[in-house]
Amino acid sequence: MKKSSEELKALKKKGRIMKSKRERLTTFVMQAPLTIWTVLFVLAPFCLLAFMSFMTKGPLGIIQYTPTLANYKEIFNPVYADVIEQSLVIAGWTTALTILLGYPLANFIAKVKSKTASLLTILLMLPLWVSGLVVLYSFVIILNNSGLINTFLQNIGVLSEPLQLLYNNFAIIVGMIYMFLPFAVLPMYSSIEKLDRGLIEASKDLGAGPIKTFFNVTLPLTSPGIFAAIILTFIPCIGYYMVTDMLGGGTSLMIGNLIYRQFTISRDWPFGAALSMVLALIIFLMVVIYTKLGGDLDDLGA
Amino acid sequence: MSKAIVSMMNVDKIYGENHVVKNMNMNIAEGEFLTLLGPSGCGKTTTLRMISGFELPSSGTIKVQGERVEKKEPYQRDVNTVFQNYALFPNMNVYDNIAYGLKVKKVPKAELHERVMEALKMVQLEGFEKRRITQMSGGQKQRVAIARAIINRPKVLLLDEPLGALDLKLRKQMQIELKRLQKKLGITFVYVTHDQEEALTMSDRIAIINQGRIEQLATPREIYENPKTRFVAGFIGEINLLESMVLSVDGDTAVVGTEVGKATVKIDPKKKIKATDGVAVSIRPENMKFSKKPVEGFSIKGVVKEKIFVGNLIKMMVDLNDGTEIKINRFDTSDLAEDGELVYLYWDLDKGVVIKEKNLVDTDSVRDIEGGDPDEEE
Repeated sequence: MKKSSEELKALKKKGRIMKSKRERLTTFVMQAPLTIWTVLFVLAPFCLLAFMSFMTKGPLGIIQYTPTLANYKEIFNPVYADVIEQSLVIAGWTTALTILLGYPLANFIAKVKSKTASLLTILLMLPLWVSGLVVLYSFVIILNNSGLINTFLQNIGVLSEPLQLLYNNFAIIVGMIYMFLPFAVLPMYSSIEKLDRGLIEASKDLGAGPIKTFFNVTLPLTSPGIFAAIILTFIPCIGYYMVTDMLGGGTSLMIGNLIYRQFTISRDWPFGAALSMVLALIIFLMVVIYTKLGGDLDDLGA
Repeated sequence: MSKAIVSMMNVDKIYGENHVVKNMNMNIAEGEFLTLLGPSGCGKTTTLRMISGFELPSSGTIKVQGERVEKKEPYQRDVNTVFQNYALFPNMNVYDNIAYGLKVKKVPKAELHERVMEALKMVQLEGFEKRRITQMSGGQKQRVAIARAIINRPKVLLLDEPLGALDLKLRKQMQIELKRLQKKLGITFVYVTHDQEEALTMSDRIAIINQGRIEQLATPREIYENPKTRFVAGFIGEINLLESMVLSVDGDTAVVGTEVGKATVKIDPKKKIKATDGVAVSIRPENMKFSKKPVEGFSIKGVVKEKIFVGNLIKMMVDLNDGTEIKINRFDTSDLAEDGELVYLYWDLDKGVVIKEKNLVDTDSVRDIEGGDPDEEE
């Protein structure tokens, strides 16, 4: 990986000469399914969406092929700009809180014995094996006005009136954190696990207490994991519409919900396509910032 | 003797079922270069880590400058460590690594800069301050690690096999540099190694540790010339050990009998050796002599097996009747015996060291340094 580009070029050239026709055919056949899949189901739809975003919506949702920039102008309509802002705020809070909760957890898993660590990892991954729909319904049951928390608090006399826990941003963020915590913990765990314990000892030896050691050594050296966790939380979160739908109860819209509605209820595909382009742009910018800060795309599982 | 800067009293360390350090008593004098030497797994690194604070003793007392530290955190102790794998911070350059200890202590910028530059000069790394750690060679990293530790002006510098990862030539060079640095700074060095040559080259005193116990704590010369236990005799340099029994004692000489003959040795009256004691007689190969005729007081004979020419000396192997192989180093190439020839072995009386092992706990070392007297305890 760390070879100079010239060396790599030379190696590639050599490889090309050395490779027989048969080998080349094998490589081609092996790569073909993935390439075809990517072109058909990622690249083609994306281009289609990009194309559609410059078209006009006709009556009854029929697309008229007259080029226009109206869809993009419409995004700056305060109503929609608010939704984008709201999305960024919710995704931002979710990411921040997920990292704050996830880092100590990752740290804990990295410190315990390997047997306990694998058990904890399985527990952490467990929600991923259950349908998101089921998970979110269980949150409805827990946060509901006559749900688990409210009933309990009223029964022990802490509350007289039920607390509004559901159908607000609190519920959305709680749900989002639950959905994305595993994705945030895993890269941070792998960073912390890789950290040389000798460096912590060196820092303490030189007179730094636990807090100084954390901020001077542990945090900077595990930052790649934190960056990866931020990306892996923020990006899916901003486009995720199920949580807002089910736990937000329509009180808050995120960009994902808006796109979903354009394609279904409003039947305004060109505008939905334009919104999708904006979402794609936000994600693209995040990844660019990530790599500029020295992040490794491999850490994202890309 | 000078005052003890580090003293360990009845220190034990137990991990589960492993008794790693057993009732260790040791006083380290101010300004001395003390080496903990022993085979791997003997407890020398654990001992060092108890002084630095990364391990807490299971029982016993550790004092640094007369102050009890055995329960203090590493960052509360006035000692610094040079780690085996350097443990340099990869997120900082050379300058920031060296400045770390002063930065966390909030030393003013100007003083900090001056001291970093001074430390860089001390380890001959001027001009490297902006380098990243990954751009440094092993030897350079080692120098940074030393600079990072000594900049804090610790009372005691602990070094855990600091030269272990370097190649032989560089290691020899660094040994001499470290020794010079230690003299110049006047800091007490506690050095852990399993390399006996390194220990002999650098140390003022060596503590030979085996299975968690100090077998002998003395100057390199004393350890080489007068090993107290069979382990020490065998661990440092080459040696011929003759298991034997004391037959008779006459003043400061004794006659000992081995399975293959008798020999005469000088004895230390302090060792209280008497007839019928089982002892080992140790003779360095360079002190072992041979003659073609019997020598008075000796009746050990053997057959010359082979001679090996190794430049400045000739190594000669002599087989005894019971199968023991005796090594003789001769610097004089004249008057050698032929292979297969029968020779009589002997030595100058004071070169045959009698080892009589009783309890392995080294109590002498505690009394050596004033301030380490157990009576001074509160």
